[in-house]
Amino acid sequence: MNFSSTDTKQWSRLGPRAMFGKFMLDIAKKNKKLIVLSADLGRSSGLARFKIEFPKQYISIGISEQNLIGVASGLANEGYKVFVTSFAPFLSMRASEQIRMNLGYMKQNVNLVALGSGLSMGFLGNSHFGLEDLAIMRTIPNLNITCPADCSELGKVLDDYAFNNRGPSYIRLTGVPGSLNVYEKNYKYKFGKNITLSKGNDILILSHGSILGQIKLSLNYLKKQKINAELVNVVSLKPIDESIIKLMRKFKKIITIEEHTSVGGLGSIIAEKILKNKIRSELYSLSLPDKFGPTAKYDHLLKYYGLDALGITKKISNLLKIK
Amino acid sequence: MLKKVNQIKKLSYKIRKIILDISYNCGEPSHIGGALSIVEILSVIYSIFDIKINKPFDRFILSKGHGFLALLSILHCKGFIKKKKDLMQFQKNESEFIAHPIMNKSIGIETSNGSLGQGLSFGVGLAISYKKKNKDNSVIVVVGDGECYEGSIWEAAITATEQNLNNLFVVVDCNGHQNDGAIDKMMSYEEMKKKWKGFGWNVNSCNGHNVLALINAFKKGSKSKPTAIITKTIKGKGVNFMENNNDWHHGRLTKELYLQSIKSINLN
Repeated sequence: MNFSSTDTKQWSRLGPRAMFGKFMLDIAKKNKKLIVLSADLGRSSGLARFKIEFPKQYISIGISEQNLIGVASGLANEGYKVFVTSFAPFLSMRASEQIRMNLGYMKQNVNLVALGSGLSMGFLGNSHFGLEDLAIMRTIPNLNITCPADCSELGKVLDDYAFNNRGPSYIRLTGVPGSLNVYEKNYKYKFGKNITLSKGNDILILSHGSILGQIKLSLNYLKKQKINAELVNVVSLKPIDESIIKLMRKFKKIITIEEHTSVGGLGSIIAEKILKNKIRSELYSLSLPDKFGPTAKYDHLLKYYGLDALGITKKISNLLKIK
Repeated sequence: MLKKVNQIKKLSYKIRKIILDISYNCGEPSHIGGALSIVEILSVIYSIFDIKINKPFDRFILSKGHGFLALLSILHCKGFIKKKKDLMQFQKNESEFIAHPIMNKSIGIETSNGSLGQGLSFGVGLAISYKKKNKDNSVIVVVGDGECYEGSIWEAAITATEQNLNNLFVVVDCNGHQNDGAIDKMMSYEEMKKKWKGFGWNVNSCNGHNVLALINAFKKGSKSKPTAIITKTIKGKGVNFMENNNDWHHGRLTKELYLQSIKSINLN
């Protein structure tokens, strides 16, 4: 899937959920084997038009996420290309064991699309937030985990899963309509590979998901302070791009930034890599605390946790003051 | 018909014998009681449906995974697992034949199982796919009465009716026992019929050890609804000291008990 700078501006305004629906429409036109299922969140997945245009390729399962995974797996077993949607905690926690049995143990080729992960559900609150989903999903063998940074990357990720045989996946959608774009122009996406968004020497920033938009913005502020950071989009949390080991050795300081609690996400993955590979860099993390916090508008929450561009800038410039 | 019934009865005897052989051979505790309660059910299913290794065919899923000894035995009797010697790997270190099924399409094991309440949703997925492909094959799922405490069973039951899956059968093995003992009367054979009917299924019920009754129950399908066959069974059926004795939910056969159990099935 290719895109122009006009596309990506428009897509960002529509947001990841509406764009998921649109990308599925495009895929359905090319792939008759595509079936999309949702546990009563079709509309929230931007699939209203999909349901009308491809009624035979959409199955509405009631509010029964455990059942959703089983039915999807049965269909995948019969050769269909299956995508399912629900909110991040309802897939990763409510149906966690079904995912373990069907996608992990049996390797049924189902793509889980986790809507509204991180803090993006705003006033819907902690019940709907994806705070711990990565920690849980990444313990399941055979499950790929992919966290697109913006709508254009989402399109590339969905295309990649739809037209290749990558095995089961957890695709984590973060951000809201209007979240900052990460990619202004078309680029090459390769399954399982990191993408360098900015080159620099002072610190290595590793991140994933829509928060990368805020980090990109903070790079401009940091530049004014003569700080040149290298920014890498770890779009694939599983499998992890092993070239990261070599890269990390080049930096004295490394920071992981993510919209996930400090337990078990990218911060933990990188810490494990550093320990295992005896990398001597200092590792820092900026993430959500291991607790249930307040509910507010998405932008407000990012600011509250220091995950907005200003908070990120402050954190990094302070880190670089540590000798 | 009489000839067919007799064939299936003979098959059932053979399966019981193999279950006991395998169980004794492994030298470990194994799930014998819940395997013996579904012997006739499996014998009938594998005799009247077109279950093959190669597609297209009718499909069988053992959702109550702890009944695996019965499945393993019938897969041998149907020739899917050729050598009896292979069965004797059951519950040996690093064997693929353990207490619960591990998916292996080449010998006819459709799903990995052991976590209860999951097989019916998978079966719903298979049944939907047959509908989409305009194939008139059936999907049969065997669940336990204790397993029906799992909420996901009823989630799947709803989807099956919403999708008008008249190509889907669930057989409920009401042996009246679960791991910790007798099942509450709220989940009894009689109550189970009401529950599945309440969920909009076509419900047939019969003695789960009566071959002819089972065959007839499968014949009474529906044009639009999935069919639930609620069967009254005896846990440990066929071995006098195991019948309705929940110690044999998961028990170990000594040589003496093994010989006694063989004697018992020969008498029955």
